[in-house]
Amino acid sequence: MTVADETTAQAEIGRPRRRKEDARLITGRTKWTDNLQLAGMLHIACVRSPFAHATITAIDVEEAKQAPNVVAVLTGQDVKDIQGSLPNAWPIVADQKAPPHPAIAVDRVAFAGEVVAVVIARTPRAARDAAELVDVDYDELPAVLDLKKAAADEVIAHPDLGTNISAHFELHSHEIGTGGNVEDAIRDAEVVFEREYRQQRLIPAFMEPRSVVVDPTGEQFVMWSSTQVPHILRLMLALTLGVPESKLRIIAPDVGGGFGGKLQVTPEEVITFLAARHTGRPVKWTETRSESLLAAHHGRDQWQRLTLAAKKDGTMLGLKVELLADMGAYLGLVTSGVPILGANMFNAIYKIPSYTFICDNVFTNKTWTDAYRGAGRPEATFAIERLVSDFAAHIGMDPMEVRKKNWIAHEEFPYATVSGLEYDSGNYEAATARAEEMFGYAALREEQRRRREAGEKVLLGIGISTFTEACGLAPSRALGEANYGAGGWEHASIRMLPTGKIEVVTGSSAHGQGHETAWSQLVADKLGVPFEDVEVLHGDTQIAPRGMDTYGSRSLVVGGSAVLKAAQKVIEKAKPLAAHLLEANVDDIEFDKGQFTVKGTDTGVGIGDLALATFAAHNLPDMMEPSLDAEATFDPINLSFPHGTHLALVEVDTETGKVALTKYVAVDDIGNAVNPLIAEGQVHGGLVQGISQALWEEAVYDDEGTLVTGSFVDYTLPTAADTISFETDRTVTPATTNEMGAKGVGEAGTIASTPAIVNAVVDAVRHLGIDDIRMPLTPERVWKAIQSAGQEQQAATPATQQPHFGDAPNQDTPETDAAVSGAEVGGPDSMSPDTTPGDGAER
Amino acid sequence: MTTIRVTVDGSTYEDEVEPRMLLVHYLREQLGKVGTVIGCDTSNCGACTVHVDGRSVKSCNMLAVQADGHEVTTIEGLATDGQLHPMQTAFHENHALQCGYCTPGMIMQACDVLRENPNPTEEQIRVGLEGNLCRCTGYQNIVKAVQQAAGALAGQQGGEQA
Ligand code: FES
Ligand code: FES
Repeated sequence: MTVADETTAQAEIGRPRRRKEDARLITGRTKWTDNLQLAGMLHIACVRSPFAHATITAIDVEEAKQAPNVVAVLTGQDVKDIQGSLPNAWPIVADQKAPPHPAIAVDRVAFAGEVVAVVIARTPRAARDAAELVDVDYDELPAVLDLKKAAADEVIAHPDLGTNISAHFELHSHEIGTGGNVEDAIRDAEVVFEREYRQQRLIPAFMEPRSVVVDPTGEQFVMWSSTQVPHILRLMLALTLGVPESKLRIIAPDVGGGFGGKLQVTPEEVITFLAARHTGRPVKWTETRSESLLAAHHGRDQWQRLTLAAKKDGTMLGLKVELLADMGAYLGLVTSGVPILGANMFNAIYKIPSYTFICDNVFTNKTWTDAYRGAGRPEATFAIERLVSDFAAHIGMDPMEVRKKNWIAHEEFPYATVSGLEYDSGNYEAATARAEEMFGYAALREEQRRRREAGEKVLLGIGISTFTEACGLAPSRALGEANYGAGGWEHASIRMLPTGKIEVVTGSSAHGQGHETAWSQLVADKLGVPFEDVEVLHGDTQIAPRGMDTYGSRSLVVGGSAVLKAAQKVIEKAKPLAAHLLEANVDDIEFDKGQFTVKGTDTGVGIGDLALATFAAHNLPDMMEPSLDAEATFDPINLSFPHGTHLALVEVDTETGKVALTKYVAVDDIGNAVNPLIAEGQVHGGLVQGISQALWEEAVYDDEGTLVTGSFVDYTLPTAADTISFETDRTVTPATTNEMGAKGVGEAGTIASTPAIVNAVVDAVRHLGIDDIRMPLTPERVWKAIQSAGQEQQAATPATQQPHFGDAPNQDTPETDAAVSGAEVGGPDSMSPDTTPGDGAER
Repeated sequence: MTTIRVTVDGSTYEDEVEPRMLLVHYLREQLGKVGTVIGCDTSNCGACTVHVDGRSVKSCNMLAVQADGHEVTTIEGLATDGQLHPMQTAFHENHALQCGYCTPGMIMQACDVLRENPNPTEEQIRVGLEGNLCRCTGYQNIVKAVQQAAGALAGQQGGEQA
């Protein structure tokens, strides 16, 4: 029952290898954390706050403790001196404010879903039953839910902080010496174009619910966790709990997706650890989907105000970005840094002479936010790509022409951007030309015009996204300058076994990305061995002792580079041995395709034979250690910058508001692809996540602070029936900062597709007087935008006289859903939770 | 407690179960058939899909006692005589999985789609898989895999399947 072997005659890099990982995944032999059963294992159920903000006045656990099969019940009072505070690794400014972040709330809860007590019992069902018996008394406190209201500090999420502003961050090109002063550009510009966009709150919604098992019974605490970051988790648990790091072993077995959602140190990991230590027995916690949606971190959630200074001919002169970013109730691992990851990306592919980025990180009484696929960069890309299209319409230019007028030309690389990055390579012209050709851009524009003129009810819209992003987090020095609490290197080691087989140990921690396959391809080519002879080990701090794990499209460009660096060390180590055995001078030894040969001769020895020779160690050069094994740590010198041109075609039914995506072309430049099959799969999945933000997904709270989209009934992930087959292709400009020339692909699709879709829908109805519709673009919202635009055109009501609906939260209103042409979206006081539960249900 | 007798992947088991126990919990916790997984608590995701008497069923949506006297096939019983089922092969060859969490349910459902319609259009495949969520693949390669499996099964005379 093994998957079919493929021959190894051709080069591995660039080859669409079928994945090694699949063998266990397609037969149900996968090791998910929740599969683990250990002798005597206990199970946890969490009691969670139903209130967004409240004081805990009493907790009665007696009845729960008496329930059958219950072993212990823990409250915040029980663990307050030992649970520490969950870590935030990214204080973006020196005076960043944050409340203590307990795993179990002690005397106050700050969002609905926060853990207040934990029941530990013999079975999951006994734990859950007994959790119902825990009696908690709360005194409700005023909760702040709306981001703009929170920024105005009317109600304070954490009264002790005295403000909801966690951090205020500014970046000005004239201060860092990369450009002019944007205020000068705005003052002098022929055109000043302002827009405000909303990045709704999303939920990562990985398919495997989180699960943690802790076994305290050996020399160490062994924790299995469904995490993207076993190494970071180990360090952070040690720091949080005061346990020696050497006494913690973290294992990330097979992990069922992450998308940033498992880039966290969670309350439940700490709780499971404490429960295991308290009971002295192995303990498991596995969340339900509802718990996951409620309490695993959310993503996005920003208000974005952009001001563009430009000439009438479309030339951009300055860009000013002002963000409000919703932290939710606490700062998780990188919560505070997520908006800052976008700070250098709003200028995107454009040559803009002056730039300012200002961000306020704001607390509210909702689930905390943190990384979600793209983290900061999708937000930035959405705003700039929407802005450019809206601006083009404003000055009467074709949206592609405005892009072409302002983008960095291929001969201008490497290019120092106004926000302080150096783009090493790219060719926007090539990707765009290929996308236009595949799409049939000109013909579709013609069909769009025809339908409009014929007065048809189903209109066409074309959406463009010419995106770039920054991958390969990150040069450690740059992270230090950004106050991030760790480096950005990656580690790998290579073990040469006596039989010639090779074990590759990587600090990257895959959860669907196919590292076992891709890393095998890298090593097979580099060391000239068969793909099948390479085994990749990862995801266990005892096996892979050093690592920075998997997120931010970093694994290949950083982790893959570490693997290649270690392999190069193996070659260098083997050369003196080859020289010794071949009785030649080491300077005359050449290595190619697994063979060490003496220059100009055909005598040689294979790398496998040398591995065996070091095992026997009977005949080594003097002083040589009997091993070819090597390890390496790679610290990138720069980020990498994938880019691409995506074109979307939608049909908008003006009578029902229904949007149908009918064609999507994605041409990506991700540099060289090690495995094009895996790369394309990443693009497909990424596209659907981005499209889903545009059309379907939103985490919605009611005005009490209860998550309305708390199950898959209401948090509507797309199905196979909602999506289409995409047309993808690649253009290639290799990255210059790593040996492979790879740029990273994990997030590109998600980053690119959201603005492409919204631009397409707006393009279909812009002539009706609509220039924005809030995501997700549900039929109801699109329909209302069309209706209100119609009324708008008849009545021509000035924007200032439009009624505000700020006092009617949780209602769809034309004013908050659609920025009708000429009307600014209402100010802070008109903002309310801005959607209706179940919006997506009718798709 | 109720006594049930269930055939799972070819072996027959007799067990005492709580009346409220879900089939998926019986499979995972009592039989150790952990190839079948749980992705939600509202019967939306399809990760738990198995075959009961040859037809796909969400095993979180059925009680263990309802399986009494029936034959259950899970992803672990799909391959026969050491040979992968053509649907498993097709998922592998078309890169129709990434994290693989949805995969057991997706493969079981895909088999059922072809059982009902051995020669489906892309649209019919997509609708047939509507009850199974995948967060990783974007579905495109899953659809391709089902198309390939349809061809392979047709080649095996009349599309006889597990
Ligand atoms: S677990 Fe059965 S449908 Fe989700
Ligand atoms: S492969 Fe990850 S959910 Fe489908």
